[in-house]
Amino acid sequence: MIEIRDLHKYFGDLHVLKGIDLDVQKGEVLSIIGASGSGKSTLLYCINALEPIQKGRVVVDGTDVHAKGTDINRLRQKLGMVFQQWNSFPHLTALENVALAPRIVKGKPKAEARDIASEQLRRVGLSDKINVYPSALSGGQQQRLAIARALAMEPEYMLFDEATSALDPELVGEVLDTMRLLAEEGMTMICVTHEMGFARDVSDRIAYFHQGVMEEIGPPQQLFGNPHSENTRKFLAKVR
Amino acid sequence: MFNYNFQWRPVWRSLPDLFEASLVTLQVAALAIVLGILVGLVLALVRMNMRGPARWIATAWVELARNTPVLFQLFFFGFGLGAFGWHLTPFTIVLVGLTFNSAGYLAENFRGGFNAIPDTQLRAARSLGMTAWQAYTRVVIPQVFRLVYHPITNQMVWAVLMSSLGMLVGFRELSGETQFLASRSYRIFEYFAVTAVIYFVIVKIILLVSRLLAMRLFRY
Ligand SMILES: Nc1ncnc2c1ncn2[C@@H]1O[C@H](COP(=O)(O)OP(=O)(O)O)[C@@H](O)[C@H]1O
Ligand SMILES: [Mg+2]
Repeated sequence: MIEIRDLHKYFGDLHVLKGIDLDVQKGEVLSIIGASGSGKSTLLYCINALEPIQKGRVVVDGTDVHAKGTDINRLRQKLGMVFQQWNSFPHLTALENVALAPRIVKGKPKAEARDIASEQLRRVGLSDKINVYPSALSGGQQQRLAIARALAMEPEYMLFDEATSALDPELVGEVLDTMRLLAEEGMTMICVTHEMGFARDVSDRIAYFHQGVMEEIGPPQQLFGNPHSENTRKFLAKVR
Repeated sequence: MFNYNFQWRPVWRSLPDLFEASLVTLQVAALAIVLGILVGLVLALVRMNMRGPARWIATAWVELARNTPVLFQLFFFGFGLGAFGWHLTPFTIVLVGLTFNSAGYLAENFRGGFNAIPDTQLRAARSLGMTAWQAYTRVVIPQVFRLVYHPITNQMVWAVLMSSLGMLVGFRELSGETQFLASRSYRIFEYFAVTAVIYFVIVKIILLVSRLLAMRLFRY
């Protein structure tokens, strides 16, 4: 379970997250929507400590992420992350991309890491691309590679930061399908997304962020059908 | 008019000595490049990540190495330090001088290389649980290495050619040896002509080996 309490984040004087309170249960799929600049990405970075926080707490399965003694590299193994820019490691083949972290972070033997990697590549539909370098993959394939790479660490949570925003429209579907599959398998997911259809179909809850505040959170029917907040209403009117 | 009598025989007889001296040249140049890569990498990282005296020193190093004559740099480590009672052997003078110079140039190449790798690569690596060290050594530096591979090859060529300045600090590398043999036999032109060809061949071999190695190293 991820517990976020009164989280404040500043970049210099810029107050980017203004007291976020949020719990994400095991097995839940939460989508986060909101205008660009509202702090959605920053929240994900604060959850796996890619960004430090200035006030409040993030607790993952009882471990305070930002506490001094926390072994953050160990904690991050639980928190898979997929970025907007797909970030394949260009000097490694698809298989090596996925096998690298199991090998050097988890210390798995080479053969086992390769088995894990090919299994994950199969899961995202890239079995035929095992020995290919990322430069020969489409954006959608590279993004699925990034998902496989994160899954190879056997995370308990997956954080998706606009995983489809940088893709050509015709490639969005294959990545969303992969994410859907994960959700069906029961993965706990936090998805920052602009894909309202995906958010509606897959999410247990949707949170709307507005200028660093979590303005509203609720099940899809409620948030889309009967939003409480005027800001949410305006945002939804614009994106639909 | 032109009645210089070419005599090549003394040069042919000296070929074994010249080849041996070529190995000395290659050795000092290769060592200087290996050290230059390590020191250049450190200089680049210091300039990018640190403040205060460490950064000033690194910056001064790079500026001096790139903007003063190599000969002066050698003289500094030879006669300059000698004036303070610190006497280095000719080999050490050339090695230190060339390392100083190569590190300065390579530091700038490394800096450009690091800047060309998006921050997101580091973030992606860290998000997988890699330590900063693992992320740099397994993800960032291999990519930087490809970007600086050709500059390193060029620097190696430069080091071979610049090491000829060693003869001015009494180092018997290829040029020093040539000078020594030539002045003994008075066949100055013949000796230096042959040595020029040897330098040319060495450089061509370095470029060829570098190209072959690149084909093995960089499959992507
Ligand atoms: N590294 C950073 N340094 C300074 N400001 C930043 C940085 N990252 C994000 N910001 C600012 O924080 C705010 C929230 O950004 P972000 O979390 O990326 O928003 P979103 O993902 O909702 O579009 C924006 O105003 C952005 O300019
Ligand atoms: Mg964002």
